[in-house]
Amino acid sequence: MSLPIAPKLSLRRFHEARWDEPIVFELNTPGERGVLVSRPEPDLLSTVGDVVGALPSSLRRKTPAALPEMGQMRVLKHYLRLSQENLGADLNADIGQGTCTMKYSPKVNDALIRTPSLTELHPLQSEDTVQGILEIIWATEQMLAEISGMERVSLQTSGGSAAIWANIAMIRAYHEAAGQGEQRDEVITTIFSHPSNAATAKTAGYTVITLYPDADGYPDIEAFKAALSPRTAALMITNPEDTGIYNPRIAEFVDLAHSVGALAAYDQANANGILGVTRARDAGFDTCHFNLHKTFSTPHGSGGPGSGATAVSDKLVPFLPGPLVERDGDRFFLDSDRPMSIGKVAPFYGVVPNIVRAYAWMRSLGAEGLREAAEIAVLNNNYLMKRILEIPGASAPYATGRRRIEQVRYSWQELYEETGITSEEMGVRATDFGVHYWTSHHPFVVPQPFTLEPTESYSKEEIDEYVAIMTEVAREARETPDVVRTAPHNQTVHHIHHDDLDDPERWAPSWRAYQRKYFAGDDG
Amino acid sequence: MTLSIGLIVNPVAGVGGAVGLKGSDGADVQAVAFDRGAVARAAERSQRALSVIAQTHPDTTILTAAGDMGEASVLAEGLTPDVVYRPFGSVTSGADTTKAASALALAGVGLILFAGGDGTARDICGVDLAGAAVLGVPAGVKMYSACFAVSPVAAGAIASRWLTGERLPVSSREVLDVDEEQIRNGRVHAVLYGMLAMPVVPGRTQSRKSATSGSQLGAVRTAAAGAVARMEQGVTYVLGPGGTIDEIARLLEVDGTLLGADAVRDGDLVLADATERQLLELVGAGPSKVVLTVIGGQGFLLGRGNQQISAAVLREIGDDPLMVVATEEKLIDLGGRPLLVETGDPELDAMLAGYSEVVTGPRTTSLYPVDAPESEGTI
Repeated sequence: MSLPIAPKLSLRRFHEARWDEPIVFELNTPGERGVLVSRPEPDLLSTVGDVVGALPSSLRRKTPAALPEMGQMRVLKHYLRLSQENLGADLNADIGQGTCTMKYSPKVNDALIRTPSLTELHPLQSEDTVQGILEIIWATEQMLAEISGMERVSLQTSGGSAAIWANIAMIRAYHEAAGQGEQRDEVITTIFSHPSNAATAKTAGYTVITLYPDADGYPDIEAFKAALSPRTAALMITNPEDTGIYNPRIAEFVDLAHSVGALAAYDQANANGILGVTRARDAGFDTCHFNLHKTFSTPHGSGGPGSGATAVSDKLVPFLPGPLVERDGDRFFLDSDRPMSIGKVAPFYGVVPNIVRAYAWMRSLGAEGLREAAEIAVLNNNYLMKRILEIPGASAPYATGRRRIEQVRYSWQELYEETGITSEEMGVRATDFGVHYWTSHHPFVVPQPFTLEPTESYSKEEIDEYVAIMTEVAREARETPDVVRTAPHNQTVHHIHHDDLDDPERWAPSWRAYQRKYFAGDDG
Repeated sequence: MTLSIGLIVNPVAGVGGAVGLKGSDGADVQAVAFDRGAVARAAERSQRALSVIAQTHPDTTILTAAGDMGEASVLAEGLTPDVVYRPFGSVTSGADTTKAASALALAGVGLILFAGGDGTARDICGVDLAGAAVLGVPAGVKMYSACFAVSPVAAGAIASRWLTGERLPVSSREVLDVDEEQIRNGRVHAVLYGMLAMPVVPGRTQSRKSATSGSQLGAVRTAAAGAVARMEQGVTYVLGPGGTIDEIARLLEVDGTLLGADAVRDGDLVLADATERQLLELVGAGPSKVVLTVIGGQGFLLGRGNQQISAAVLREIGDDPLMVVATEEKLIDLGGRPLLVETGDPELDAMLAGYSEVVTGPRTTSLYPVDAPESEGTI
């Protein structure tokens, strides 16, 4: 007797939903309303008078906002449909979003932040009425200080790059305070460090010197020595870099920076493989930052606001952005009287819901649990690497034969030379099986790159399924390359060209830009 | 630009390599190679490129030259040839490559694929291609030039994207060639013969976490602007050959010599297409610096295609004679290999070896290793 349901194939027969859903503005139906707001009662009206008229004219719209007019049910359907035309950490094995640390964000923590005692808070409330949330911010800071070995932490920034910016802004203020602001006009970084290090340093007015890896994939220490001078303001470096290779000489790099009077900033956006194993301060760093939305489980920027944490050694404490949460006995308060501070880098005191999520996540795991998360993440990564390298045509450039930390930047170059199929085409085809991958940060140092980071969240079964999909797509690249080249076939959309996304004259990140760039001629 | 594709096969490209002849230029060498049992590999390699096109665009007509120069390869892959040039006689030469390229340009092709090596690229780069882009299918012995795809199949895949109508960015790449007779005598004297416009598949940040335009030309302009920003009053700058340096001349609004060496001071052109002797005199007269970029696909800063910027000129300038300018992409394309200097003066080479600052933009540089293959003092 056969089963009532046929057994599942080893590769799932995935098909994404395809709703062919219009853009929300195209659903505009004049007169439709989502909510009918009742008219105020006559008594109320006469008591408060003309509320709108009391607003200064600079705050009043001259013309109503051009929002789509839609019934409530249509709005709901619109967004539900879009949510089905999607991949993400809660839906698929999100191993392919390397460098992003797509781990599970426990739903119980989302329940916590929906409690009215949090949602009803206002950032301008009196300190006496918000002691609870101030304590959580303070305690989160203490835990991150312990994890990094640093003296103090600011949780004000609302993203990783903003935290890197805060780091370089503090370094600049530090050198200025020491009378060396003009002398120190160079920042050294590495090509496998996150590009925000170079970008924020440039924004802060520095000349940026980029180091290339040596033959083993480590930042070239001889090049670093050659780059250092009395002009050096800082070393800004990621470790492990995007390759997942941990730099064993990192303390030596920091010492060399200090020997010329420069500071050392550690990009720990992704600290997932080293939690409880190494500490930035123990390697001598003066400042580091974390992304709560990576290592500490809170949702990513594209799924909710991110959150950065800026940690510093004692010499940079006066320059921390602020205000800082301070403790006086059992009472917590905001200290804004910090004359050397670089000032506010975000409104108020941070992305509070994410601080609460990260706090809850750390408290639920404890110190041992945090280290175990890192160990499992590293184990998962090295298991995944072994399996991926069994696929003909895949390689892991640099540090051949050695273990990696939390992620690996792989290369399909051999497969590309053999088949002409690019890494990007491989990644698009993978979406036909319900997964995806990310290629690389700019610039593409590793040819035909793909970057995988399994984190601790995924089971062996999910990692095996991911590997099976990569194996299948690589087989197709050899045997039926046209299937790969013309992919996706089972997705929300078919093959698209990227030309419009690469040309500033044609890309349209908003409805308004779309109207302006494509239809401006139509009405005038 | 039209979507149509042309193909030129240099039937004898690469025959000298496997039999140790360092190249395949000239009928005499080719005869020796065939005597030694060499097999021409250009046809086979062009077919591997065409096989991709046959798969994606089976109904495509490929404009080409008759017989071994392309038609046979096109037929072998089941595509339709449109012969626009017929060589005279059975033995083809570089002149036939040139004429075939001319005929393809006249026929209005958008992209010319050629299977060959540096010699073949050199025969094409002198031709007025009427805006056509060129892509090398690597099949030669020497490939110092920067206009080749990484493999024949990769060339086919790029051509296939071209046929699909994708607007690939086009990058200006150097064509270098060496006198093979000299290599056989143990010397390399590469000459920069020109530039070819090559389509490139740009690297993408797929998730678009960062907004990079991916524009090669934009990167070249940024690097050139970085060099201009670093120029000091009263200093003479000798501008070497190459597209990146030419962009500096454009920014300075002087008429630069793409393949030669010019000199500028305080924004004015003081010498155009200078000889070594003229340069010596000029740099002897006051503070000077030589502005160079990476020439060709091998990573040479000095000793390939810019011999007028000689060891004597560099010695005359004194300490720290170079300002190196290149896009990050150009450094990355070296795949970790160092930059190379070979001035013919091993002692000077050793002094220039080590790490060089490479200007990539107005406020960005990379520190990149420089090797001196002729010197003991290499890293």
